[in-house]
Amino acid sequence: MEKLTTLTGVGVPLRRSNVDTDQIIPAVFLKRVTKTGFDDALFYAWRRDPEFVLNKPEYAKGQILVAGPEFGIGSSREHAVWALHDYGFRVVIAPSFADIFYGNTAKNGVLAAIMPQESVELLWKLLEEEPGTEMTVSLEDRTVTCGDVTLPFEVGDYVRWRLMNGYDDIDLTLQHEDDIAAYEKMRAEKFPFKPKTLPVKQEPEQAIESAREGEYPNWQGPLADRGII
Amino acid sequence: MGTTLAEKVWADHLVRKGTDGAPDLLYIDLMLMHEVTSPQAFEGLRLAGRKPRHVDQLIATEDHNTPTVDIDKPNPDETSSLQLTTLEKNCKEFGVRLHPLGDADQGVVHAFAPVLGLTQPGMTIVCGDSHTSTHGAFGALAFGIGTSEVEHVMATQTLSLKPFKTMAVNIEGELPKGVTAKDIILAIIAKIGTGGGQGYVIEYRGEALKKLSMDARMTICNMSIEAGARAGMIAPDEVTFEYLKGRPHAPEGDMWDKAVEYWKTLKTDDDAVFDKEVTIKAEDLEPYVTWGTNPGQGAPISATVPDPESIADETERNAARRAIDYMGLKPGMAIKDIAVDTVFIGSCTNGRLEDLRVAASIMKGHHKAENIHRVLVVPASSRVRLQAEKEGLDKIFKDFGAEWRNAGCSMCLGMNPDKMVARERSISTSNRNFEGRQGKGSRTHLASPAVAAATAIRGTISSPADL
Repeated sequence: MEKLTTLTGVGVPLRRSNVDTDQIIPAVFLKRVTKTGFDDALFYAWRRDPEFVLNKPEYAKGQILVAGPEFGIGSSREHAVWALHDYGFRVVIAPSFADIFYGNTAKNGVLAAIMPQESVELLWKLLEEEPGTEMTVSLEDRTVTCGDVTLPFEVGDYVRWRLMNGYDDIDLTLQHEDDIAAYEKMRAEKFPFKPKTLPVKQEPEQAIESAREGEYPNWQGPLADRGII
Repeated sequence: MGTTLAEKVWADHLVRKGTDGAPDLLYIDLMLMHEVTSPQAFEGLRLAGRKPRHVDQLIATEDHNTPTVDIDKPNPDETSSLQLTTLEKNCKEFGVRLHPLGDADQGVVHAFAPVLGLTQPGMTIVCGDSHTSTHGAFGALAFGIGTSEVEHVMATQTLSLKPFKTMAVNIEGELPKGVTAKDIILAIIAKIGTGGGQGYVIEYRGEALKKLSMDARMTICNMSIEAGARAGMIAPDEVTFEYLKGRPHAPEGDMWDKAVEYWKTLKTDDDAVFDKEVTIKAEDLEPYVTWGTNPGQGAPISATVPDPESIADETERNAARRAIDYMGLKPGMAIKDIAVDTVFIGSCTNGRLEDLRVAASIMKGHHKAENIHRVLVVPASSRVRLQAEKEGLDKIFKDFGAEWRNAGCSMCLGMNPDKMVARERSISTSNRNFEGRQGKGSRTHLASPAVAAATAIRGTISSPADL
């Protein structure tokens, strides 16, 4: 995962509270088989509206989203963070975040920065007065700088450490690689009979006949529609 | 103080004990994979430039959205087709063993592994599917995980987990004739509720279980998740060893002896204490059927649809009201008076050989009732299908007027074309009767294969005793 220490990019004011993950990415996109390429799905419904903030050319290349309280409520879908990330957002600033969404951000290299409502309002004002304004987020200093204004944000020590080092969950587990290797050595000695899926062992291969669908030309529909329970 | 079976298996897989409230790091012996919850996990590995740590502890098959007819023709469903070709591509790229549609070992992910002998006592087994609890029937600690965790297991062969609480469900006494594993688990869920097992690993115990086959034990453990439990387990015994012996991946020779010696230690100590205990009297049980829209809304087959107004708890009262309305039933009507359109026999709950044998033995010499629209018999795996054909069960089903389908999840969750239309009513041997589960607006009554077969003969919900 890419490290995140300092980021300078276009700030996007999203004057909405309780932005739920269905708005961030609708369920229909969950059928995909990838975990990238969700940039087109981000705020899919809102982007049909020409007045939506991301449809203004000055904000189109946004990297820092500034939103209202309770960002990311609703379904647990990790796709919401993937979509923000794929669009280009590495930082979301808001007065508060939903728990599951907050947990998913750090796992995927996105910073969820918590700021008081007044700071968010000030940033909205600055970003709207001059659309396309660049801001700088410093994880090192835990500050956001926009023009002449520098404001502090909140981030937990553990999340900050993860993001600055670019560690995902797997990296964190692999810090205990020695323990895993030691366990595997013990396992091979104490439990030599544990099964392996390779090489393949199976009963002889046999052809499977293809079934055909039954035909019911005379079916009159559910009994309930004919008044029968 | 002694320890429980679940705690023993946990302890034997502990890579690193978490301190200061951090989770434990647990070793995973085997991960089962399928087309729906694996694509992003593979892509995650690819993006990070990682490889599976132990490709010989992974195995995949195709089940959730595979068709159960015309498997020799191109798949007409775009999403399904994309997920299947993606799985095939991923397995090839990473070297993961795959049993695709058309292969003799293809089948529902929880049915194909035990048949191959890959599910063994004392293992930790995971899969991106909640019914992974099925494998607990062998005394394995087996549970469902999310896609990010699937990626984590591929990369590290471990999972970070907080220990589960333990619950004993004691099934005391003898089972009456005609009462099966499905009735036991439906009765347990009706008793403790769909959230009763939350945070627990359930260990099913008692004399009645010792007489049950592995197929029956899998039915019980399979539905642990419907009681909210993370996993369900049954201590291994001679029935378990007998089932495993000679299977393709079972240990052989000296290794078999060594394995059995270890497997025999996998039981709860007499002085161990569970966090919670529940007791069910087997002799009081009769066939169970659900009347509502969650698996806890079930009742004995001789009962009536409850009157919501008589339910004291407000949340449950409202839930019952909504469920009865959705199901198109009337409070107080006899369950046995309910006529059904469709009969579904299959799934990871009840699509194994014993289930098909029971259904066939009841259907033999009969024909489906006039009002029954269709009877789908869907073996859980292709090996089950082959064996059933060897025993002539397919002929019995066809003579009965049933469809004999190819293996897969099928109408259990309606991800493939096997769906019902709105207001169509089924008696189903599957595991979930949620609103819309078997098709938008569909109405599902969960029951055992014996009850499903008897219902198919009479047209209304029936037990074999009614024939």
